[in-house]
Amino acid sequence: MEYILIIIAAVFVNNVVLAQFLGICPFLGVSGKVSTSAGMGGAVIFVLTLAAIVTYLIQHFILIPLQIEYMQTISFILVIAALVQMVEIILKKASPSLYQALGIFLPLITTNCAVLGIAILSIQKDYNLAQTAVFALANGVGFALALILFAGLREQLDLTSNVPKQMKGYPIALIVAGLLAMAFMGFGGIVK
Amino acid sequence: MKEKIQIIIKGIFAENPTFVLILGMCPTLATTSSAINGLSMGLATAFVLMLSNLTISLVAKLIPDKVRIPSYIVIIAAFVTVVDLLMAGYLPDIHATLGIFIPLIVVNCIVLARAESFASKNGAVDSIFDGLGIGLGFTLALTCLGFVRELLGDYSVFGHKLTSGDGMILFILAPGAFFALAYLMILFNIVKRKFVKK
Amino acid sequence: MAKESSFKNMTLTLLTITFVSSAVLAGVYELTKDSIEAVRIQKINRGISDVLPPFDNNPSDDVYKKYVDGDTVYVYPATKDGNSAGAAVQTFTNNGYGGKFVLLVGFLADGTINSINVISHSETPGLGDKINPKKSGFSLQFQGKNPETYKLAVRKEGGDVEAITASTISSKAFCDAVARAYRVYREDVMKQEARDGDTGATSNKETDNQ
Repeated sequence: MEYILIIIAAVFVNNVVLAQFLGICPFLGVSGKVSTSAGMGGAVIFVLTLAAIVTYLIQHFILIPLQIEYMQTISFILVIAALVQMVEIILKKASPSLYQALGIFLPLITTNCAVLGIAILSIQKDYNLAQTAVFALANGVGFALALILFAGLREQLDLTSNVPKQMKGYPIALIVAGLLAMAFMGFGGIVK
Repeated sequence: MKEKIQIIIKGIFAENPTFVLILGMCPTLATTSSAINGLSMGLATAFVLMLSNLTISLVAKLIPDKVRIPSYIVIIAAFVTVVDLLMAGYLPDIHATLGIFIPLIVVNCIVLARAESFASKNGAVDSIFDGLGIGLGFTLALTCLGFVRELLGDYSVFGHKLTSGDGMILFILAPGAFFALAYLMILFNIVKRKFVKK
Repeated sequence: MAKESSFKNMTLTLLTITFVSSAVLAGVYELTKDSIEAVRIQKINRGISDVLPPFDNNPSDDVYKKYVDGDTVYVYPATKDGNSAGAAVQTFTNNGYGGKFVLLVGFLADGTINSINVISHSETPGLGDKINPKKSGFSLQFQGKNPETYKLAVRKEGGDVEAITASTISSKAFCDAVARAYRVYREDVMKQEARDGDTGATSNKETDNQ
């Protein structure tokens, strides 16, 4: 039950992109097409979960025993950078077409604040290892969900030509994102 | 000296990180529920940006190409932690409000982007000015956004209530951040176009 | 132009950078450590004096911790001229709209609520954040009430608390946190003191200090 609450809260109520504003850059940058977004979402789910687990272990078995919690930011970002590199190498071998499609955005997962943000948040929330893993996974799914929904909306938007000139590009994308965020606020009452 | 000022002005207008380059959106949207929060976040980022730009421009030539990015990230992370600790010690209230978004300056694309595209190719002095310009541009954007959201959402200016009442709460909530930014971006583009035509 | 990359110079560069960064951070940490700690203690003490009548001890020296419902409740006993002046209880609830929030509840020696302050919360601005006494009078209605006779639940559920309009969840969670604080205070502090009184013990400091 507790895990279900964590999942619903992370995916819908406190959606990582639309309510917590983590990972906005790829959200606005990559989400032109549904297929690319799905690939990016998958990569982020994977990296996010792995990163949260590894950083949990680092925090509790290295930083706290040695009393060097102030090294948190540096060590976490290094671990995330290494993980991304790994995913990149694996993806290059396993699925060259997806690798091509994700292009420059894959290295950008390193600077996706959702990854570092969720790692730090699960430490701050005092989650144990299992909770951390579920929390990270759910947030990854929340990210992918927002990304894919948004990409779908933007594909439709490209088909309509009557967007006012001044609003073309980012402004209209931001308005759409705002409407999506409003829709997600409707989930607010679900958990308790 | 004129050159240096041009670098700064370029950072604020022509290459404004928020309105033109569309970088660093997470803190832009998340920390601007009031003008003061936006201002402090902008200044903290500007501070990190100047220090990291300076350091990276000095050591760039010593770093092998393949480990360039990890090296930059470590340098940036170190400065971010310095800012984090200093703020926790001397500005505890602001530190508490900005919370997780201080360590997240590390992954603010602006900082790494400037390290990679400017500081690694330019001299120390130019890099500081670039950091200052981009940092001020970012601060300006965040303060404007915070100002607008606070004004509409709480009827306040820098924490001072103008009239009683709750305001349009939507602007303090998440969707309002997107809407306010969209309209500010349009406004910025119109002003810039007029400016350039002259 | 950047240098050629070889395994040796790559490792060396990364090691040097990491080492120098760590050294700098350790230095800054040492420099700011005392100030951060002072801020923390000052924050606690300021919070305590906000919710209690004047006292002359240092409550954070005598803090008493109790682990309940998955987290810790802190009791900061205050004394004035050697007599109990009540206690500030740092309590929490997990039922807030935005999850957990933390309150500091000041109880007088007889269990009457003196004042309540919000330490941290993530309730919705403009709605649930009215639990903060700076934002609305919601938390003021608890002042001077004794939970023995004052039912800590919202009206809708048969209690005595007037909920915040459109924020029943936050209001209920607030009651939950205050009730938890009162439970700990009554069970562990008031009863303890009563027992001390019966057996004629004069110092209650030791028992509070377990």
